[in-house]
Amino acid sequence: MAHGPKPGFTRWLYTTNHKDIGSMYLWFSFAMFLLGGCMALVIRAELFQPGLQIVQPEFFNQMTTMHGLIMVFGAVMPAFVGLANWMVPMMIGAPDMALPRMNNWSFWILPFAFAMLASTLFMEGGAPNFGWTFYAPLSTEYAPPSVTFFIFSIHIMGASSIMGAINIVATILNMRAPGMTLMKMPLFVWTWLITAYLLIAVMPVLAGVVTMMLMDIHFGTSFFSAAGGGDPVLFQHVFWFFGHPEVYIMILPAFGIVSAIIPTFARKPLFGYSSMVYATASIAFLSFIVWAHHMFTVGMPIAGELFFMYATMLIAVPTGVKVFNWVTTMFRGSMTFETPMLFSIAFVILFTLGGFSGLMLAIAPADFQYHDTYFVVAHFHYVLVPGAIFSITAGVYYWLPKWTGNMYNETMGKVHFWMAFVGLNVTFFPMHFVGLAGMPRRIPDYALQFADFNQIASVGAFLFGAAQIVFLFNVIRTVKGGKKATDEVWENPEGLEWSVPSPAPYHTFSTPPVVR
Amino acid sequence: MSMSANAKTTAKLLTLAVGMLGFALFIMPPLYDAFCEITGLNGKTGDRYEAVPAAVDTERTVKVQFVASNNENMPWKFTPGVVEMKVHPGEAVDTVFLAYNPTDRDMVGQAIPSLVPFKAASYFHKTECFCFNQQALAAGESAELGLRFIVDPDLPAGVNTITLSYTLFDVTERIAKQANNKNTDSEREG
Repeated sequence: MAHGPKPGFTRWLYTTNHKDIGSMYLWFSFAMFLLGGCMALVIRAELFQPGLQIVQPEFFNQMTTMHGLIMVFGAVMPAFVGLANWMVPMMIGAPDMALPRMNNWSFWILPFAFAMLASTLFMEGGAPNFGWTFYAPLSTEYAPPSVTFFIFSIHIMGASSIMGAINIVATILNMRAPGMTLMKMPLFVWTWLITAYLLIAVMPVLAGVVTMMLMDIHFGTSFFSAAGGGDPVLFQHVFWFFGHPEVYIMILPAFGIVSAIIPTFARKPLFGYSSMVYATASIAFLSFIVWAHHMFTVGMPIAGELFFMYATMLIAVPTGVKVFNWVTTMFRGSMTFETPMLFSIAFVILFTLGGFSGLMLAIAPADFQYHDTYFVVAHFHYVLVPGAIFSITAGVYYWLPKWTGNMYNETMGKVHFWMAFVGLNVTFFPMHFVGLAGMPRRIPDYALQFADFNQIASVGAFLFGAAQIVFLFNVIRTVKGGKKATDEVWENPEGLEWSVPSPAPYHTFSTPPVVR
Repeated sequence: MSMSANAKTTAKLLTLAVGMLGFALFIMPPLYDAFCEITGLNGKTGDRYEAVPAAVDTERTVKVQFVASNNENMPWKFTPGVVEMKVHPGEAVDTVFLAYNPTDRDMVGQAIPSLVPFKAASYFHKTECFCFNQQALAAGESAELGLRFIVDPDLPAGVNTITLSYTLFDVTERIAKQANNKNTDSEREG
């Protein structure tokens, strides 16, 4: 029964193995991360000085739009799906994902979606230039012709995410080893189960909103066109009904990853396991009733402003529970600071910081001042970069020895961490200040008084970009060889994934493990 | 043969996904419209109102202001006949807006109303309005566009000024496109 992968390239085309597909997701997302990162560097290079230096405003707008779309749909989401593919079956003692062929399909349609999206850069009229939130009528009446390709690529990405999510739910609900009750599952599995439900609930709404755009553009309907009796504000409601759960889709699996890493390096069991599960579920529920806090300035009745303001602030409670639990797990632990732990601690601190700026934005009357300024950019980069990117990086360092059988280079890992940590803060912290001082987001040129902070931010961005090259180099070196990792890799880590040999064999848990 | 557990889970989740797509496409837009109509949220005023005889409340006077603006790329001259009038709740009032097409081509316009304060939106009734139809103006033609309205006597106390604004959109191409679609449809049928 024990047989390995097929030789040659067709292994990757036809594979139904969760480990192969997980690796492909991770490599794909890293490629998208570099592409989206290069676009961010174009933005930062242009903003290094006031005035127009490098690119034209039209191209600048395409860069901000494509950067956002590629990072959200191409880098962060596939990376989490890749980690889920690798780890969920190994964590619950399953031999593979529940629906392996669909798994192959949900990965392989992604490169086509992003090839289509990226090809719009070379089309007449250029790539989408209306911001990653693609508000109508900017994205309908005033959009470049390439918007149709953008719509179809979103459809494909949505289909891929929905299939991936269905697969993960089916795996978790049906494939657990005997004795692995729901409340024994590692938190990464729990957070992914909840995330998958969020995906299944809101990705169709995204598909719906782009379909309405398609109808408005080509078939004469007027969902979002005031001239035909529609309302552009409807777009924002539908979009953010998808968009707010979407931001939790990008953070809940991160909670799961750090909840696995922190106990290992604090050498203490996770504090408050069940409260973590309930907090995750509460955050997921609340994410459906706060969407309009993205649109406080559209002209809502005061009751609406108040409701969305208080509901938003309520999210700070379960999130606070989580931060408390992570800190308490570390409290009086015998902590060591290997690279995954460094990234996880930075996650806890910086994500909390981003949460605080989120609370500031949640205050409806104050939001009128902050709306569409760089303060918002600072806020969501503080939650997404240390939140999603750092946790994915931490997860990769943490599980890489299990995947490859080799230890990564710890010194290089630490160099990566400190470059990324310093680079991130130098890039995004000054954005709080220029935002509060009134610099609008999505502009290629700005008033002179913002020059110093923008210069600092641009320097930080290039440092952060360089850090990722170190990461890539370290990962490739580890894949190729290096010090052999033990089966346990770390000191008494918890979880079934550490009970299989390193590197993890092509097929694991063909006979279910015993879960006590 | 009964379905496997995986097939059952997949079927349930797919139903959820398709249901949410239907929710976004077919429920959210009408729900939003209904919500706006009830709350007056986006300042949209209702459709044609069937006048019911009501007592005119001569005790109360409400100021009604008219604003006309053009959507981008709409070259018509579009102005209210009177900028402001004082009316009693319950009385039917007539006024006009003036439109002039200065271009050398025949065009079609559509006016979209919006009213503030939002809470007055459902108390402002239009029995006749040019905004119920599209306005076709030949090159160089001008027209008086009529509006007849009644301010509901139940207008909440404290609302003393109502501002009704019309934005005029150029729908010439939209109409042409729709006509084309219809033609091709009938050709296909024929």
